[in-house]
Amino acid sequence: MARHIVARTTDIPPGGNKVVAVDGRDIVVFHVNGEFFALLNRCPHEGAPLDKAACVARLTSPEPGVYQRSRVGELLRCAWHGWEFDMRNGQSYFDPARVKIRTYPVVIEDGETLAKGPYVAETFPVHIEDSYVIVET
Amino acid sequence: MSDVIDRPLPEAEAPAKNRLRIIDCDVHPSLHARSDLNPFLSKRWQQHMKTFGDHLRTPYIGTTPYPRSSPLIARRDAWPPTGGPPGSDLAFMRKQHLDPLDIEFGILQVLDMFIFSQQNLEFGAAIQRAVNEWQLAHWTSREPRLKAAILVGQDDTEAAVAEIDRCAKIGQYVQINVCPRANEPLGRRRYWPIFARAQELDLPLGIHVGGYGGHAPTGGGWPSYYVEEHQSNAHSVAAQLSSLVIEGVPERFPRLKIVFIEGGLGWIPATTWRMDQHFDRFRDEVPHLKRRPSEYVKEHFWFTTQPIDEPDEARHLRSLIEWVGVDRLLFSSDYPHWDFDDPRFAFKTPLTEAERARIFNGNARALYKL
Repeated sequence: MARHIVARTTDIPPGGNKVVAVDGRDIVVFHVNGEFFALLNRCPHEGAPLDKAACVARLTSPEPGVYQRSRVGELLRCAWHGWEFDMRNGQSYFDPARVKIRTYPVVIEDGETLAKGPYVAETFPVHIEDSYVIVET
Repeated sequence: MSDVIDRPLPEAEAPAKNRLRIIDCDVHPSLHARSDLNPFLSKRWQQHMKTFGDHLRTPYIGTTPYPRSSPLIARRDAWPPTGGPPGSDLAFMRKQHLDPLDIEFGILQVLDMFIFSQQNLEFGAAIQRAVNEWQLAHWTSREPRLKAAILVGQDDTEAAVAEIDRCAKIGQYVQINVCPRANEPLGRRRYWPIFARAQELDLPLGIHVGGYGGHAPTGGGWPSYYVEEHQSNAHSVAAQLSSLVIEGVPERFPRLKIVFIEGGLGWIPATTWRMDQHFDRFRDEVPHLKRRPSEYVKEHFWFTTQPIDEPDEARHLRSLIEWVGVDRLLFSSDYPHWDFDDPRFAFKTPLTEAERARIFNGNARALYKL
């Protein structure tokens, strides 16, 4: 599994995202509720860019007139046809068994650790005081 | 179809002379603001627009009777960075749609202010003229890939014919558009002067779904939900196909070409089969028809593909395309609306190169003489 340093944690504000090109694929990295999630930046339906998706909440209702929001910002609603996916694992909400977005593991490592490791690509400026988002493909 | 798309986008373009460019038969431009029309309106109608606005047979002003999926029924990524509604910024339309999808031509379908359904007929005539002029001034003269249609509200047939004649003299338009929801079914004789003119000018008649004709949008009455109302697009155009064929429009106007836009495909075989079945049994009722209805459909009618049907099994879409006929289909995207079809991914069934060439380009090129 290749590891790619794609951003500083501070590059992606909470609620925001960043699209990075990794081996010819556009991968979108979301920052939500203190976590980072990486997904292929294409809806499996017609290929819409997911960085433009609405980041919405899970909405549940135990009875008429009462509703609860949870996991605010963790669910994607595609910008085109409104297909909904769980950012955490790429699963669709309407057909979780069949339709999903490819997801990629994400780790956060601080610059000091990276500086010691084998991933200091010459083209990447490394500031060891920062933390970095690493996507594994 | 793979359930997970994880292939990279195609890298290299095919060589320029071989590549299949796209003709998109349903592109929606928008007014930035209604005042965009002022240069094309007399003081009297500018004042009217400002003071009274629309008179449509619909319960709300400034919105649709059914909340529709997303603001201004648009793709959420289609709002121009410069402001204004989706479809209002030519530079952004080029950047987001025309250039990346390699659109060779886009046929404009203006829905703003729904000129077809204005109940004040004089105001309707004034804004239909203004919208037709605006299409040239703001769009086609600035972007040669875009082609305008002559919009006419068919319920004032006389004004419609006058507007067609005015625009035909200018010569920049590739189609005459009427509406599938008017006061009467489209095949009725009151509308025939429009069809006569379309045949004379050899301009296809375009019929884009939508409109407020004052009737419930389904034969069963008023829908309760948007998802239910959305079905009525297909009901309306199925009714209009039957009306045009059975009233004898293609028989009376043998060179008329008619395009249904945004009605989808699934309803076409069923409607045509049933017309044939009943024609075979009851032809004495309609002796003005000399041929089976399906023969008129196969010669006179074209259908744009969006919203493409998505049956659970891809082979069913394949059958549907064969039943309708590859030569009847015109690709359309509906950009920038939310139910947009991407020409690269919308068809979830394999097509041969020859079929793709016809659906995505050749059929429209021949029909619109592009």
